[in-house]
Parts: sequence; structure tokens; C-alpha cells
Amino acid sequence: MTIPQAIDEQLRSIVGAQRVSGAPADMRCKVVVSPGTEKEAAAVLACADQAGLAVIPQGGGTKLRWGNPPERADILLSMSRLDRVIEHAWADLTVAVEAGCTMQNLQDTLAKQGQRLALDCLWPQKATVGGILSTNDSGVLRLRYGALRDLIIGVTIALPDGTLATSGGKVVKNVAGYDLPKLVTGALGTLGVITRAIFRTHPVCSGSLTLGFNAPDFQAMQEKVLAIQNSQLAHAALQIRASRAGGLEADVLFEGRIAGLQAQEKRLHAVIGAGVASADHRGWRAKEDLWNDARAESVIAKVIVIPAMLARTLETLKSVAAAKGLTWKAVMQATGIGWIRMDGTEPGALASVAEIRNAAEANGGSLTILQCPASTEPMDCWGATADSISLMRAVKQQFDPKRTLNPGRFVGGI
Amino acid sequence: MNQRILDEFRALVGERGLISSVEELHTYECDGLTNFRVLPQAVLLPRNVEQVQGILQICHRERMPFVARGSGTGLSGGALPVENGIVISLARLNRILEVDLENARVVVEPGVINLDVTGRVSPNQFFYAPDPSSQSVCSIGGNVAENSGGAHCLKYGFTTTHVLGLEVVLPDGSLVHLGGRMLETPGYDLTGVFVGSEGTLGIATKVVLRIVKRPECIRTLLAAFPATNEAGAAVSDIIAAGMLPAAMEMMDNLAIQAAEAAVQTNYPDCGALLLVELDGPTAEVEALMQEVDAISRKNGAWEIRVAQTEAERAVVWKGRKAAFAAMGRISPNYIVQDGVIPRTALPHVMEEIARLSRESGLRVANVFHAGDGNLHPLVLYDRRIAGQEAAAEALSSRILELCLEAGGSITGEHGVGEEKKHMMPKMFSEPDLETMQRLRCAFDPLRLANPTKVFPTPRLCGEKPGEYVPHPVETAGLAERF
Repeated sequence: MTIPQAIDEQLRSIVGAQRVSGAPADMRCKVVVSPGTEKEAAAVLACADQAGLAVIPQGGGTKLRWGNPPERADILLSMSRLDRVIEHAWADLTVAVEAGCTMQNLQDTLAKQGQRLALDCLWPQKATVGGILSTNDSGVLRLRYGALRDLIIGVTIALPDGTLATSGGKVVKNVAGYDLPKLVTGALGTLGVITRAIFRTHPVCSGSLTLGFNAPDFQAMQEKVLAIQNSQLAHAALQIRASRAGGLEADVLFEGRIAGLQAQEKRLHAVIGAGVASADHRGWRAKEDLWNDARAESVIAKVIVIPAMLARTLETLKSVAAAKGLTWKAVMQATGIGWIRMDGTEPGALASVAEIRNAAEANGGSLTILQCPASTEPMDCWGATADSISLMRAVKQQFDPKRTLNPGRFVGGI
Repeated sequence: MNQRILDEFRALVGERGLISSVEELHTYECDGLTNFRVLPQAVLLPRNVEQVQGILQICHRERMPFVARGSGTGLSGGALPVENGIVISLARLNRILEVDLENARVVVEPGVINLDVTGRVSPNQFFYAPDPSSQSVCSIGGNVAENSGGAHCLKYGFTTTHVLGLEVVLPDGSLVHLGGRMLETPGYDLTGVFVGSEGTLGIATKVVLRIVKRPECIRTLLAAFPATNEAGAAVSDIIAAGMLPAAMEMMDNLAIQAAEAAVQTNYPDCGALLLVELDGPTAEVEALMQEVDAISRKNGAWEIRVAQTEAERAVVWKGRKAAFAAMGRISPNYIVQDGVIPRTALPHVMEEIARLSRESGLRVANVFHAGDGNLHPLVLYDRRIAGQEAAAEALSSRILELCLEAGGSITGEHGVGEEKKHMMPKMFSEPDLETMQRLRCAFDPLRLANPTKVFPTPRLCGEKPGEYVPHPVETAGLAERF
């Protein structure tokens, strides 16, 4: 599989001959192109758009299979060379960074000034800023610090027609113009390719404390979680870990000065009663472990419900898995966002996930499939669309009328 | 206005829902920014979403522009009527539809007053976090349009942080639901782009809000400094110490004098006053308060007071929140600006503002959200003196240019509206603005929703940059260039 020679030559003239190479055998793309600047990235997009070639943007490649399989795939646009931390204005609590910078590199840079991006994403050593933004990957700290949409304050994107556009700015508070940083966060690279982002940073906390507790069943666990949420505790994270093997545990994270941490521990005892104990920090890696110990036939999905639906969601998961003899694991945050994994032979796992999706959607929630076996019959990974889908298609039409970027990967076939 | 259309509007919203007499229309000719005035063709006051849809369907059919209006407290002319257009007041859609404490959600109509949301949930120790100074009169719909902030957004975020879902009537009259009751929904974050779009993408008719649990302890410290530079240095040190206060506010001497004259807060007479509010678990707050005290003294604070009771705290805030209105005590007229700077640029920008003030002979009072660099310079003038208003406007614009030169923004929370649209090309390049237009065209291809605001002479949808070529919609007489 190759692309037309004239286009190949154009691409080489934009980024340099050695930055255009054949795609790995397991990739659907025909060629990998690695721009070294934002302008090169924009020029590559314009070239592809004019030639009618489809572009799949790539950061660290950790979530390249998220979303539906693309309808077309010609150029893998690797952003890995745009990897600089441009400016850490620590006294202003902001950082500007190129899209190909890994989260670990960014965090290491920020840590030199005692700061961090208050976000715990998947695979920080490999995952890049652009990829994390495009897939809207957030972790347990979301409860306290918000998601990417709350941390990003500025963005530059390259559009398929070659436009490089900036929105937002480098100050934390700014309402001038439309909030395009939010538009491209979670858009799976279907509107433009993020080339740089500006974030607000937070101080690294001076101390932290992880505590854990159990509950006999899902309902009792939910009541405890909601009691904490409904209390005046200032926890930074709160999650439930559950599995078919019988585990049902919760982790609570507190951050702050020592005096504050000790007081919070006492208050937690008062809120949920006996059974609170120090817990291992490794519990916070439970979400990533869903992938780390997954098997080829595992199905992994993100489920979003209102907090008061946590127990019912876990009950549904347990019962549909039992009916098909599947093993399962789940990590549910107190915010109502969770990740589940079903292990078992096909098509049982996927059918079970569909049942959980139906239950979530019936109550206004959603379920997005993030990983499923390659052999599986195609199933839309996003689920039902809302009445805003035609508006979303209109937005896509305005930004990417030829459907050059990730065609078909996003919601509703966008 | 065409009598046929007026009759149609009347049939839709009833006699009491339509204002068309010139005398009554004057009430709606401006918002909180009173130096821009336009008389609308009519004002409609729908009572439900079906009426809003009906109005917009007529506007769409007639190619008639419309401006949505909440309480009219906006400070950038966002709700200023447009020529040949109507105003749609959402004041009668003012019900709190649902309070869900278990999930910390409240569903409201756009005309609900900001403070009433907190009022409804405060018995259960919850509050609605965005707190613009006008919160006792401004509406949630207006807050959504402007992405309103407030003193406490340093810690709690802006309106956009607290809006999860919206029911929106699009400019063609169709109804869509953006986001929902969950933290996320699959698809583009259209809730995120609608909030802060200043009424240019449609009209929100229902808003799903997130509420926040009231912290266990709130402490407010007031520190008197010789000048703003010293107070600014204290703010930097507080941030460097790893603290994120709920609010950090600063007032200069002129602003203190005005607040004192208006609401008698008994503030110390000093060059700069710093107000720091910490909240959270009591033990944590007490420990941090000691650090703030030490940092303030190290940077030259000569008097420090900590509000000991809720009543004392209310008095401290009363002066700050009344600061804009208090300017009337020391000047017949004033212009409020809303620029933002990287906080570290504060000493330089304050020096420049002082220099510009001296050169122009106009006094400038300064009130700002010190934690996030959002300045509110108040340019004082007397309209009765020939040339002073123009000089004040020029000084005001120059201050915004200073903010941009420092790497900041022309607006932190008041919005661009009518007032600052001419500054947008100074902040954004042509491709940046053109890209924003793409979003607008997806929502409102005929540009009927608040069409003259935010952007300077925006292109029509489908029009390419470059030499002027009339758009087919123009040549067909369906739309005109403003």
C-alpha cells in the first residue's frame, strides 16, 4: 500500500525525506509522516486534504485504537517531534507545551518548581499531551481539580486546510472569543490536530494520605461513598474497586498539611464509622491495571452514570457477567465515571457490555468501548447519539469538510 | 416593525409578553454598560421553551436578528439590542426545576437569579460557586452567556466549570440538548463552547448546574500594605508556598476611599489592601492562615485583621463587592475595565497605569482579583467636561493594550460584547478569528443570534477570507452586512 508518488514527494519536501517512512505492518496507514514544527504539521494536513487522503494523528500511540476503526487511513501523522515544554511560567501557574510532549516529561519539568498538572492519566511515560487531550483521559484527581476541560486555558490547532489557529490564552481567566480548547478536548482529533496547549498548573501538595475501607455489598458501598461526598471532607480522590473475585474496596485520597491530614482522617472515621485503615497508594493504579493484566479477548469500557447509580451499575455488571460466566473488574469514581473489564470468550463479553450500556443509557448515562478483541463483530464503540448529533456534524463540516481527519472514528460516524 | 409580524408575536406570547411602545422599549435600550444604547423593535417575554422556539422560528423565517437578555447587568454591552432586531427577555423563565442533593445537581431555567440557587440549597450546606459581584440580581442565563466568574473562581472555577448540561433553542428554532446530568457525554463538548458564547449561538432555556458542598471552615484575612507592589509580592509568595486560596482580592487607595464612602467598612487607610480567603477543613485552614499572616508581614503589611465571625466576614466582602458602584461617591462617571495579565506583570502594569493616569489627568482606581491577574481598573471622569469621556475611553483602551502587551487578555469575566469587539484583532490573528467563525456558522449560519457582538465585522458563513465578494445570501437580499 502506497500513496501517490507526487504526494509522497510533496510530503518529503515539507518535513524532510527522512521524516516520511512506511507504516508498520500492523497499522492501517500507508505512510508515517513526522513534522518537526507546527507549520509543517499544518502543511502536511493541507497536502493530505487537497489530495483526498485520510490522516490519523498520533501522539504516543497508546490509545490509537480508541474510537471506531477509521473508514479510511492513509497518513499516520506522528506528533512525537513536537515535544518541547515551551514555557513554564511557574509564578503565574501556567505552562505552554507542544502536543507531542509526554505527560511524564511535562510533569518532571513542572516538578522542578514544585508544581504539577493536576491530572493522573493512563501511561504517562508514553502518552502525549495531544493524545491525552484528544481522548479526554482523566484520572482520579478529577474529583478535586477537574478534568482536562478545566485545566486547559489555551490551544493551537492545525486544521485540514492548513490553517493554524490559536484560541484561549496564557492567563487562567479569559473569556475573549469562543472556547475552542474545550471544543477540541475529547474530539479525538476529528476537527483539527492539536499542536500546542497551555494549562493552568497546581502546586504539588506538601503531603498526602490514602485511606481505605470495605463494604459488604454495592449498595452499602455507594451509601458510604455518597456520605463522604455529602460531607465537608476535602478529599482529592475517591474510588471503588470491585471484581468478580469478591473484592469490594474504596480508596480515599487526602492532600495537604500534616495537621489537616490528621484531622481529615478523624473526620472520615466519623462519617463512615469503623473500618477505615491506611491503604496502599498502588490502589490508585487500578484503572491502568485493567489494561496491564488484560487478555487478548478482554473488553474494556468507560461507563458514565450519576453518582447515585454506582451501585446499580455494579449490580448490572455482576449479574450479566454471571449469566455468561465471565470474570470482570471495575474501578468506579465517586464522580460517576468508571472503567470496567470483562474477560471471557466472545461474543459473551461484548453482549454483556451492551446490556450494561443499555442500563446506563436508560438513565442518561453512556458506555464507550475502549478495547475489544480484533476478531469481534463491529459494534459502535460510542453508543446512542443524542439530539445534538446533527449540530456536531455541522461543526465537523465547518472544520473538516472533506473528512480528512480520523474519518468515521468518532461519535455518530463523524 | 411590520404589523403582521408583531401580531404573530402577540399571538404567541400574549399581550403581556410583548412590549412595543417606544416609552417602554427604552428600559431595554442598554444593559449595565450604559454608554451604548439602541432601541429594539420589540421586546418579547416568553414564559416557556415552546414560546422561545416559536419566536426564533419567526425570526428565522423573517431573517430578523435577536438578542437574548437576562437581568441586563452585563458590563460589555452583550445584551445591547441590535438595529432592526428584537430583544428576548428570559426573565419569566425563572423556575428552579429540580434540586438533586444526592448527586449535587440543580436544574434551573435561565431567568433564575444566581444567588437564589445558593439560597435554595444552603439549608443543606451546599452552594453554587460562581459569584459575580452582581449575584443578587444577575441571572443564570446571563452567567452562561458570559461565562461569569467572581472572586471565588480562583479556587472553584467559572460558570463553565459548573454547567453540565443545557437545553438550547438554536437560531432556527430547533431544540437541542447539550451535555446532560453526567460529568461527560460522548461527542464534542458543545456545552463547553456554548458557555461564554455571549448569546451568539442560541438561547439556553434550561441549565443543569453542579453545586458544591460548603467547606467546614472559611477564614478571611485583610492585610494593609504601603502599595500594590508589596501586596502583589505577598500574593506571589502565597502561591509559591503551594496554597490555593478560595479568593485573593486587592484594592488600591482610591478604591478603598470609594468603598469606605459608600458602605463604611472601616478598611485601614493604606496604599493597597489585600483580602485573602481560605476555606476547607479547619485544621488545614488554621495552619495556612498562619502562613499567610507571616508572608503578609514579611512583605510589609502593617496591619492584619482576620474576620472572627460570619458578620465580620460579610462586612469585609461588602466593601469589595460594592467597589464598582462606590465609584459614584468619588466621581460622576467611570468606565470599568476587565483586562487580565499574567500576575507577575502586575508591578509593571500598575506603574504604566499610574503613568497613563498622570498623563491624561484622569484618576484610575484599581480593584482586582489578584490571584488570577484579572484587573478591574476604573477610569474616573466627568461627562460634563468637554472631551473627558473620549479621553477616558482612550485611556481605557490603552490599559487593555497594556494587558495584551503583557501576554494577557482583554476580558476575564465581563465578556467582549459590543464594547471590546474592536480589540479582538489585537488579541487574535485573522486565522484565529476565522476559525471561531466556523463554530458560529455551525450553530447559526444566518447570523441572527446577537449578530453584531464579540467579533468585528464577521464574515458571513461560507465566505472565504480575501477580497470582498458578496455572499449569495446577501445578493439574494436575505441578509445584510453590518
